[in-house]
Amino acid sequence: MPIKHPNLKLNRLTDAVPAWTGDIAPEYLHEICQQVRDGGGRLVALWGSDVRQQGGGFMLHITLMNESGLVCLNVPLPVEHPNYPDISRIFPAANRMQRAAYDLLGLYAHEGHDHRKWLRHGAWHSGSFPLRKDFDAAASLTHEPEDYPFVQVEGQGVHEIPVGPVHAGIIEPGHFRFSIIGERVLRLEQHLGYVHKGIEKRFESMSLQQGARLAGRVSGDSTVAYAWAYAMAAECIAKVTPSSRALWLRALLLERERVANHLGDLGYLGNDVALSFGFAQFWILKEQVLRNNAALFGHRYLMDKIVPGSVTASLDVEGKHIIEQECDMLDEQVRILRNIYDEHAGVQDRFIGTGRVEPKLAAQLGLCGMAGRASAQAWDARVQFACAPYDKLDVKMATYRNGDVAARVIVRFDELFESLRLQREIMVNLVHDNEAPTLLEKLPANGFGIGLVEGWRGEVMVAIHTDAQGKLTRVHPHDPSWQNWPLLEHAVIDNIVPDFPLINKSFNLSYSGQDL
Amino acid sequence: MYQILKQIIKTGIKTETPPQADEGMRLIEQRLQQEILDVFGGALAIRQVDAGSCNGCELEIHAVNNAYYNIEGLGIKFVAGPRHADLLLVTGPVSRHMEVALKRTYDATPEPKLVVAIGDCACDGGIFGESYASCGKVSNVIPVDVVVQGCPPTPIAILQGILTAISAKK
Repeated sequence: MPIKHPNLKLNRLTDAVPAWTGDIAPEYLHEICQQVRDGGGRLVALWGSDVRQQGGGFMLHITLMNESGLVCLNVPLPVEHPNYPDISRIFPAANRMQRAAYDLLGLYAHEGHDHRKWLRHGAWHSGSFPLRKDFDAAASLTHEPEDYPFVQVEGQGVHEIPVGPVHAGIIEPGHFRFSIIGERVLRLEQHLGYVHKGIEKRFESMSLQQGARLAGRVSGDSTVAYAWAYAMAAECIAKVTPSSRALWLRALLLERERVANHLGDLGYLGNDVALSFGFAQFWILKEQVLRNNAALFGHRYLMDKIVPGSVTASLDVEGKHIIEQECDMLDEQVRILRNIYDEHAGVQDRFIGTGRVEPKLAAQLGLCGMAGRASAQAWDARVQFACAPYDKLDVKMATYRNGDVAARVIVRFDELFESLRLQREIMVNLVHDNEAPTLLEKLPANGFGIGLVEGWRGEVMVAIHTDAQGKLTRVHPHDPSWQNWPLLEHAVIDNIVPDFPLINKSFNLSYSGQDL
Repeated sequence: MYQILKQIIKTGIKTETPPQADEGMRLIEQRLQQEILDVFGGALAIRQVDAGSCNGCELEIHAVNNAYYNIEGLGIKFVAGPRHADLLLVTGPVSRHMEVALKRTYDATPEPKLVVAIGDCACDGGIFGESYASCGKVSNVIPVDVVVQGCPPTPIAILQGILTAISAKK
């Protein structure tokens, strides 16, 4: 049992990862969160749901993680005043999630110190909540832009640089407010939510299969991770396990997504320190991976290849051979390029010591995923909660202590090589057969399932709730960027403004994944 | 330095032949005169605006800059602001939170200007559609000249869309 508390009765979910769920009254929330925190555990996600039609009020859902697995707490809240005690003092990462839960559903964290809106800008009225089942879109819309109360930094010589939402590069939109002296950053404050496009509401009108497509478009660069997490949550509710061939293929696709993203970012990290050679070289390699994806699986980014119950991809002997050759080629080429990066004084001068997040701060604020591992946060769902087929792969986790751009580059290189090794192992284990995929058609009624997949950026979680007809009544996709965006604000302190693009790229966080 | 030069020589030239313009992608008739198109055809400046996409289309727009598609080799360059752009490349369903920013970006782009909508969401709202948070397709918010479908469209299709926008109607 991952958590012991007299008022909490946990039920184990039939899931691919170790996961439990249980109801808890709001008054015990602090004790439980504190207990998990004291044991070295973390907050994974926080969201709400409207269960008034099922005879309840509102429900707050909190997923915590400790070394035993995932615990999803359901906190029933009354219809009239759906308030719950603020948990951001225990888990600082909860701050933005709590504010989003208010903007979308009206769940209020009392005793909290920050109640500014987060995902709502001026597109709908305050006091109307899109994820409530009785939300009247037509009556709630507004075009009144609302100010966002940024924290003002005062003092002699301090000035502000507002950036965005439309950025200078080819990048997602968001607003950054720098307070600086000279070129040194005193403070960065982010204002996100610009690409909020109503994904969670959209899920509620969709079939299980349509939902799989939408999950694959929460954050386009992590389509495999999201599609797998969604499928895992659905399979958890239906209590089915995909064939071992389907699972091997899923892992293959996930590792290929990791390789493609790390190659692309390593190229851009070179570019950002004026070594455009790095961009040219790494993007040639990335393009070759994408072309092989298109040739072998029919999509350059592997969208819609993982579906609830199975996969819509296959790989024959010739395809395996192509992947093995690609792994050999990448292994050789990336070693050459890594050596060039390592030996290049100009590159290392910009990488080392830039955008540092100390391990202590990373632990305190909950930095996760690839960036977390570069700051000594040794969590990797493929290692700790190895779902099939990772339980047979023995993934070697890449970690580093320095927490700077250089450390994130090292972790990316290490993970890239590990992904190549994993792909080769998968090739050995993947047996070709002509078995027809057993697709999951429909989900049981009143179910709850959770999926957790270590995407290239970090752990992607998807939770699915079904109603009395087995339809999707609430789907919550959670991106690791929720946890990591606030750390970027810390990473740039005392750095110079021109290093911000470099630091930002070394994290490469998702806007769409957190704006939803 | 020796290692870098050696690698460049070993890599060789990867650039492939660019695609031809495709009139099927045009949403409205070519508004610009031949003389202007001739200038654009030699040195086009593009401002990319993500108005709400999932970031999938951005991945492919990055890819048109790689050595295989080498968009800069055609005299086409991505620029950092709308005020020195000739063409806007817009992705995503337009989120309602980006509606004003997109309109302002369009207004800040000097005439003569062109707009190319990239991806299924930009063309017709895609999987996100219209909702309390989404305006749907780009042409619901600003005028669009050329649409490029796909989820995401391939780099070839994106290049084709851009080249169509600056080609004269035959």
